[in-house]
Amino acid sequence: MSRIKEKFNQLKSKKETALISYIMVGYPSEKTTLAAVRGLIQGGSDIIELGFPFSDPIADGPTIQMASTESLNNGTKIENFFTIVKKIRKESNIPLVLMTYTNILYNQTYLKFISRAKQAGIDGLILPDMAIEESKEYVKAAKKIGMDTIFLVSPNTEKDRLKQIIKSTSGFLYMVAVFGTTGVQTKIHKYTLDALKNTKYAAKGKIPVGVGFGVSTEKDVQKYVSSGADAVIVGSANIKIIENTPTNKIQTRIATFTKRLKNKTR
Amino acid sequence: MKIGIPKDGRFGEFGGKYIPETLAPAIEELEKNYLKIRNDKNFKKELGRLLIDYAGRPTPIYFAKNLTKTIGGAKIYLKREDLLHGGAHKINNTLGQALLAKRMGKKRIIAETGAGQHGVATAMACASLGLKAEIYMGYVDTLRQKQNVFRMELLGAKVHAVKSGSKTLKDAINEAMRDWITNVDSTYYLLGSAVGPHPYPLMVRDFQAVIGVEIKKQMKKIPNAVIACVGGGSNAIGTFYPLIDTNAKIIGIEAGGKGVKTKLHSAPLTAGKKGVLHGMMTYLMQDKDGQISETHSISAGLDYPGVGPEHAFLKDENRVEYKAVTDSEVIDAFLILTRTEGIIPALESAHAIAHAIKISKKMKKTESIVVTLSGRGDKDIDIVKEYLAKNVKNKRKI
Repeated sequence: MSRIKEKFNQLKSKKETALISYIMVGYPSEKTTLAAVRGLIQGGSDIIELGFPFSDPIADGPTIQMASTESLNNGTKIENFFTIVKKIRKESNIPLVLMTYTNILYNQTYLKFISRAKQAGIDGLILPDMAIEESKEYVKAAKKIGMDTIFLVSPNTEKDRLKQIIKSTSGFLYMVAVFGTTGVQTKIHKYTLDALKNTKYAAKGKIPVGVGFGVSTEKDVQKYVSSGADAVIVGSANIKIIENTPTNKIQTRIATFTKRLKNKTR
Repeated sequence: MKIGIPKDGRFGEFGGKYIPETLAPAIEELEKNYLKIRNDKNFKKELGRLLIDYAGRPTPIYFAKNLTKTIGGAKIYLKREDLLHGGAHKINNTLGQALLAKRMGKKRIIAETGAGQHGVATAMACASLGLKAEIYMGYVDTLRQKQNVFRMELLGAKVHAVKSGSKTLKDAINEAMRDWITNVDSTYYLLGSAVGPHPYPLMVRDFQAVIGVEIKKQMKKIPNAVIACVGGGSNAIGTFYPLIDTNAKIIGIEAGGKGVKTKLHSAPLTAGKKGVLHGMMTYLMQDKDGQISETHSISAGLDYPGVGPEHAFLKDENRVEYKAVTDSEVIDAFLILTRTEGIIPALESAHAIAHAIKISKKMKKTESIVVTLSGRGDKDIDIVKEYLAKNVKNKRKI
């Protein structure tokens, strides 16, 4: 059983919703990445999403774009990324998900990249520009290696398409909350809650549904938890904290923030 | 070779639709609507009328007698897209897509632009059809093409200077896509080149194919060689596509910048590797990790790390030959054409002229070359002036 699946099973028996936390690797440095990961674990995050920067992140808003650019400017390479993952793996058994863009995998071939990621300790992949129509070879490679393929669905994804996406998804299904890119939003729309209901219905309890994009406050977390989400995904809010915190305080600040959010999932 | 409508949105292995899920319904709606109007007589009639009365089609094919004499080889003909309304081939596509957007009931149009030619052509089409236009343009490009920024604004478009990434065309596309993701219901994304997710490469090729269709009609016999410049590749695919099944030699010219052996160029077909960007699988300039490289070209319109998927396909099929010429060769060609024919070409088009000069010398005087002169060079005169001031070698030639 994959680490992600196991985690969701555990949480289910405790009647808890998963808190999934995203950070960008290499922003602002390798050292702070490890500090932030420790803070996330300390604060009670259930699954960690590690962003690997891409030069052209079309699904990301200003905050994550900035973190990508900084990370690349700091010289983050795929080799560094795998080294960091291995370091985290020495300290923790927490499920780790890699979020990046298709070209990073395509460049090395899906099979080769995924097997290296698996070896380093990655459990699942999120590629916001991997459409279901183009995913055959990618899903095949991931299946062969035992890597979860976490697909995204949107509030405007139609029923038949949703079914098709669910078929190729493992780990959890990532529901994008808003029409837009990643980043802090101010309110929760009715269309998002309707979409969550429909997505949960289509998933039939076979695959957990996580909500992300614009989830940043305790109130957001609470609202999605009470609306039936199996997981909430917080990203840009973490990046903002890291951006505004001196290096030596990143771990504690991230831990405090994460703990507050996690409390709303219990 | 029959290409037609690409199966599953792919030209051979190239193309596809690698897009965020939020765009999937919009792309599907676009594909459905486009395939419907593609053979619609009324749509064709309406667009045909606009192309004649508004854009100024057909454009002439001009025998460049003086240039031919100066070079002393094959006869060089110019397909004068520079004479179109707005000064470039871009209007062929923007009228087609704006008309489609209108039929789809979309009122807000967004577009990206490099040199500003597509932005201007979009602003014109939108003004004439009563649509609202917003144009994304890399900050660096807004500085080197100030005049086009003001032209767009005069035409009623809103111009957003994009300050992310390398601040050029690729970043303008990123930002336009982000806008589209955010405003997917109300907005039509009017892509300007034969790039992006399916059906854009097909649609842009179809709208630009009027260039090649006219060349075929206007030339008494099929030319021995046909040449066009390739950035994203819209004027080139429009020139090439109708001539694919003839025996003309077809050559696409990429921006060699300071040389394809340096990193300062924009020639993915000559020196790139397969990858995925902006919704398509194609040849890209990228590093070992798959990060997209910063590109360089003297012409903003060719300064792009990718290329249309149909070009990638035609390269791998060995039907079209792709070559690169350097900035310095481009300036030479720009000066030669200007002096011999009194035609100031866009720096983009001067790439094609540069290669025509190279090969015509080696061809027989009875043979013929058609070069697509995709745009006029008024927008580039400051860049040329600056280049000449810095490069004494060329300055002496004046």
